[in-house]
Amino acid sequence: MKNIFYQIFHSQKFVAGFSILMIILLILFIYPLIFPGDPLQMIGLSSFSKPGIYVSVYDAIDSEPSTMKLPDADVKRLMKKLSNEDRLAMKEWLVATGTPEDVIDILDTDGLLKLWKDSYDPSLKPEGMTLAKRNYYKRLNASLEKAFDYSRIIIATKDEETGELNEEKTVSSNDYININDVANVVYLPLGTDNFGADVAKKLVSAAKTSIMIGLIAGSIATFIGLTFGLLAGYVGGIVDDFIMFITNLFTVIPGFILLILISYGIDQDKRGAAVVALVIGVTSWTWTARSVRSQVLSLRNRDHVNLSKLSGHGLARIILTDILPYIASYVVMALILQISTAILAEAQLSMLGLGPKTTERPTLGLMMNWAMLYSAHTHGYWWAYFPVLLFIALISFSLNLMNTGLDQVFNPTLRD
Amino acid sequence: MSSNKTHHGPVCLSGRGVTKVYGFGSRKTVAVDHVDFDFYEGEIVSIVGESGSGKTTLAKMLLGLTSVTEGQIYYQGKPRDIRTRKKKKEYWTNVQAIFQDPFSSFNVFSKIDTVLLDCINMRGGRHLPRDKKIELMTEACSFVNLKFEELTNKYPFELSGGQMQRLMIARIFLLKPKVLLADEPTSMIDACSRATILDMLMNLRKETGMTIIFITHDIGLAYYVSDSVYIMEQGKIVEYGSADEVILNPKTYNTKRLISDVPKIYEVWDLSTV
Ligand SMILES: Nc1ncnc2c1ncn2[C@@H]1O[C@H](COP(=O)(O)OP(=O)(O)OP(=O)(O)O)[C@@H](O)[C@H]1O
Ligand SMILES: [Mg+2]
Repeated sequence: MKNIFYQIFHSQKFVAGFSILMIILLILFIYPLIFPGDPLQMIGLSSFSKPGIYVSVYDAIDSEPSTMKLPDADVKRLMKKLSNEDRLAMKEWLVATGTPEDVIDILDTDGLLKLWKDSYDPSLKPEGMTLAKRNYYKRLNASLEKAFDYSRIIIATKDEETGELNEEKTVSSNDYININDVANVVYLPLGTDNFGADVAKKLVSAAKTSIMIGLIAGSIATFIGLTFGLLAGYVGGIVDDFIMFITNLFTVIPGFILLILISYGIDQDKRGAAVVALVIGVTSWTWTARSVRSQVLSLRNRDHVNLSKLSGHGLARIILTDILPYIASYVVMALILQISTAILAEAQLSMLGLGPKTTERPTLGLMMNWAMLYSAHTHGYWWAYFPVLLFIALISFSLNLMNTGLDQVFNPTLRD
Repeated sequence: MSSNKTHHGPVCLSGRGVTKVYGFGSRKTVAVDHVDFDFYEGEIVSIVGESGSGKTTLAKMLLGLTSVTEGQIYYQGKPRDIRTRKKKKEYWTNVQAIFQDPFSSFNVFSKIDTVLLDCINMRGGRHLPRDKKIELMTEACSFVNLKFEELTNKYPFELSGGQMQRLMIARIFLLKPKVLLADEPTSMIDACSRATILDMLMNLRKETGMTIIFITHDIGLAYYVSDSVYIMEQGKIVEYGSADEVILNPKTYNTKRLISDVPKIYEVWDLSTV
């Protein structure tokens, strides 16, 4: 027994898979401790905010600034202002108005601006340029001019009756505030989703639920498959015929179709995570039953089973002590695979809109479903779906890696 | 069956037209083909045959571990009835076995104590006090030159092949069955342990007077241990009779060939000195 554990934990593949899974689990447990709160809370009133740290502007203005003069502050401001498209558009104008193309370097902010200042003239009408395009250049120029305007910004309150503005505060380009002095700062490492909920928090909670669904569904499938496989293989005869008939029935109807039909038949209100896990478990036990049965068939004529019979042991005892321990390693492997397939099945079901009801708890599949419904992928809101995909892939990859590792330990012919 | 066997005791196990067919259709194998036999109480019977001749299959049918396709097995003169679990258990208190391969005969997850305790329970000793059980197990182990103190809490696979086969005999010592089917009990172990094992089996028989059905492909061995010999070939019994009859005056070609394979057949073997 000790030897087997030694071998398992010296199988590189198993250890690699196990480590990935442990790291994921660690994240799932530690993250909520650092950032507590309801994962479904809609904090954003707009959807799909980019990942990052959000500082309350209102509170920031209220904080006491320190004055700093940083040499590259202006350049940085300009760089933030000029998007790549703007730069390309500027180049287009410059080329159209006769600047040779090879002197323009759109990545050199300073040089580009100098060229722009020298050659931009709103009254020029380069050939083939639409009015809309020219207006765009006017706006761009105005915003650039504003960036060079280092005057202070005045914060004022408005008198309700007279409509008069009372200056409260001025903000200069050299004012800096300490982020720690700002009362409201929100960390959104993965931004927000279509509901305006924190994706990171939701992801952690969803991964937990999905793993739970995987565990429940995998255990149910393994339990049913194991029981049927043991009975069919060991008892044989009519029992075998009957069980194999049911198994074939389930096999002939593709499991996923069955899953869809059953899920469709259950009201969305009644479809909690546990129900979905149950449905997945009940439809995916067939291959476990088949493979356990064939293992048992080869075991039941072994001499140690015969000796056990000769020692007066009954059916239950023989199955539990003479058959089960011999296939235990196999069953563990089957369980791991079942968990992994159940997690994927939940994701697939939810993406079809047949997953657990959405108001209760997020699951990885539901997050994918919503991201797809809101076309997050076409709008480039990668944070709403990519981390979810990564989690699904990593969980199932780590489980499969563990499985391969175990296979190598228990199946000496596969050892390298 | 045979007329010149008046000196035998009562019939213990016998069979008429016993047949075993494995598989069906094109994959049909007739492993045992309409065999008749009478094994008498207290006898040592050898069943000799080449590999694949159906010896193990016959033994499994005699043990009730596999079904009989056709024919009838009689136990103590009456058709054998092992249809219920209770009757099976009763049959197995009287008919026991030692298998060919000691390495696959034991459950690798059960301790040696369990193996021996099962035998005590089988003999109705379930409610004996713990000391008494240990005493019985120690006695059984010392009969086969093993030390129970060293074996307790060990697993069978921690023993050598010869030691495992001795443990098997210790089982039989505790069970004291009326019939023992020994299916090539020495074919997987070295020559030296082989003699020891045979010696122990013979001692055990002297003590309990049990019938031994000794299955072997070694006709020389059969000659020295058995009272009567059955020769099997391709599932059929082709020759039978007392050991002297069959081996010193073989009738079929195959038996002659089996005998010619054994060079030492006419020299005297003394099992106790090997
Ligand atoms: N469970 C089984 N299913 C199908 N065929 C079997 C089975 N067991 C044995 N056979 C076949 O029955 C025949 C007799 O086998 P058996 O094991 O009885 O031979 P044996 O005389 O004991 O040989 P050996 O000396 O090698 O042990 C063989 O042809 C074998 O292939
Ligand atoms: Mg055999």
